Amino acid sequence: MSKKTVTDDISAEVRLELYRTQVRLREAEQRAFDLFLQNLVKGTSHLSLGQEAIAAGFAVAMQKGDLSFCTYRGHAHTLARGVPVEKVLGELMSRDNGLMRGKGGSMHLTSVEHGVMGSYAIIGAHLPIACGAAWRAQYRGDSDVSVCFFGDGTTNIGAFHEALNFAAIWKLPVVFVCENNLYMEYTPIADVTAVEHPAADRAAAYGLERIIIDGNDADEVLRTARKAYERARRGDGPSLIEAMTYRHSGHSRADPAKYRPEGELESWKKRDPIKMYRARLLKLGVSEAVLNTIDQEIKDEVEAATVACKAAPAPSADIIFTDVYADGGWAWRN
Amino acid sequence: MAELTYRDAVARGIAQEMARDPDVVLIGEDIAKAGGVFKATVGLYEQFGPRRVRDTPISEQAILGAAMGAAMTGLKPIAEIMFADFAAVCWDYFANEFPKSRYMTNGQVKTPLVVRLGNGGGARFGAQHSQSVENWCMMIPGLKVVVPSSPIDVVGLMAAAVRDPDPVIFLEHKSLYATKGEVPDGEIVDTLGTAKILRPGKDATILALSLMVPRALEAADRLQAEHGIDCEVIDVRSLVPLDTQTILASVARTHRVFTVEENPRLCGWGAELMSIIADEAFYELDGPLVRITTPHIPLPAADVLEDLVIPNAARIVETVLRTLSN
Repeated sequence: MSKKTVTDDISAEVRLELYRTQVRLREAEQRAFDLFLQNLVKGTSHLSLGQEAIAAGFAVAMQKGDLSFCTYRGHAHTLARGVPVEKVLGELMSRDNGLMRGKGGSMHLTSVEHGVMGSYAIIGAHLPIACGAAWRAQYRGDSDVSVCFFGDGTTNIGAFHEALNFAAIWKLPVVFVCENNLYMEYTPIADVTAVEHPAADRAAAYGLERIIIDGNDADEVLRTARKAYERARRGDGPSLIEAMTYRHSGHSRADPAKYRPEGELESWKKRDPIKMYRARLLKLGVSEAVLNTIDQEIKDEVEAATVACKAAPAPSADIIFTDVYADGGWAWRN
Repeated sequence: MAELTYRDAVARGIAQEMARDPDVVLIGEDIAKAGGVFKATVGLYEQFGPRRVRDTPISEQAILGAAMGAAMTGLKPIAEIMFADFAAVCWDYFANEFPKSRYMTNGQVKTPLVVRLGNGGGARFGAQHSQSVENWCMMIPGLKVVVPSSPIDVVGLMAAAVRDPDPVIFLEHKSLYATKGEVPDGEIVDTLGTAKILRPGKDATILALSLMVPRALEAADRLQAEHGIDCEVIDVRSLVPLDTQTILASVARTHRVFTVEENPRLCGWGAELMSIIADEAFYELDGPLVRITTPHIPLPAADVLEDLVIPNAARIVETVLRTLSN
């Protein structure tokens, strides 16, 4: 690998990290889907297959201490902060080795030690919460940025608009990232939104720049993230970024996505973020052997995680009554 | 010792905690420069400045979400939702976010915050600005619910709420804001989950909350003076945690029990208490468990109508008399 060709404003190391992260998210989520087909993943799950460049780009651009706020479609954002695959798959498989020992499930992945401050399953709820974390940073003079990910459907709920206005008037160090995958659940977002770009076309209402990026290009995502984080750390306030992308699977595991017009998925698969990024790295002079090694390492990591999860016990019943209150228990009376 | 209004006690309790702990911050609509629409936060902006006492837009979801995010990452926010009825427009935070984050994350996320709300009727504001919402909050595992009736309790329970590591819903009664009481000088810190026997008695126990407490006390005085019936009045004060021991011990002494609840009848806190008493003190009882509540209706605005539906001393006297004479 020649560093001269592969490094511009993004270093070779960072580019390989972007590649590795995207492959990791893809392999882990593909495995989650396979395990679901084997009836080993219980409950619901919402995959980000095809959207990995957004999670990878924003996470790789973060510093330690920056905070991620995710939605129920949060596996990718959680993994991108370095949470072990085993912890995530274990939670999806209702095992005791899961991130929350099975108490949260797929839609609530949280790892405070990695800066993943929660995955929120009520649309819009976490935008104000991310504002609060950013308010704390501003209040204390901390340098961390709160980054809040959500889908296009979220732009039509009240909390989105309350949070945008709130972040703007208080100039909070928060970055709002709309992953526009063209569908709110089963309905085209264009059918239910007054403007073409559900997030970016609302930015002006809150005095913010209109930012639309190719969410399938990890380099473009990373550059955008860096700019937004710098702005937040400078004290210049929030950003709202609309990243265009496409999910390869349905809304949730229950959805075969038959509502999509013929050929749409195929045309987006040609723009698969991982395929495109691999091609770019090869063009920039990274050897195929280096990429193949990364691919194999990730495959091994996911396989080892799967084996560990299959062998892990179910959570014990005694945790049903823990951590309702801060004393560790659930007592509501004497 | 000074005589304070209930509204001044709110500001005093908050000031006590803000002076003690720089992580305590206060946000809400009109709470800073204007001192609050109920004037319960007067002077705090002047004392602690715009960084710690901050006005917000009319955005209840943003207020509570911001309080939660700040609490999760190290602050101890106090957020005001002006009229308790407005809890309905930000209910997600009460029902889904504050109380479940700790549990769902296996203890990783903590939300030590206080939400203050202007609760209750009597101000002729009609059905959307007069409700008593303590029951909405009581039913959610993970919340704590505090409902003080006097200035001294406001100060002490506010301090306890701010210092508590869990989300605490603090319901201030709008019709009590102007009432007065003696409050000692110096720091006051009370304990959540403790009921208070305000008037000992031997013939019946009356359990009351908030605005119903002074009405129960007035009724008890009249029952004693006019009918020789000696009622014990307990201010429940905290619905979660709930001090069942004080209540069960009282029932074991008096053998008769009444609740006085401002809320509409169905699923009121009194129903939960009566169910506990029926389960655990059934053989102590000499008569039926009787709840005195607002009928199951939205509150009317007109003074004559509102006064007919919210329980008052006359109705308590009449109900106790009728029940004990059967």
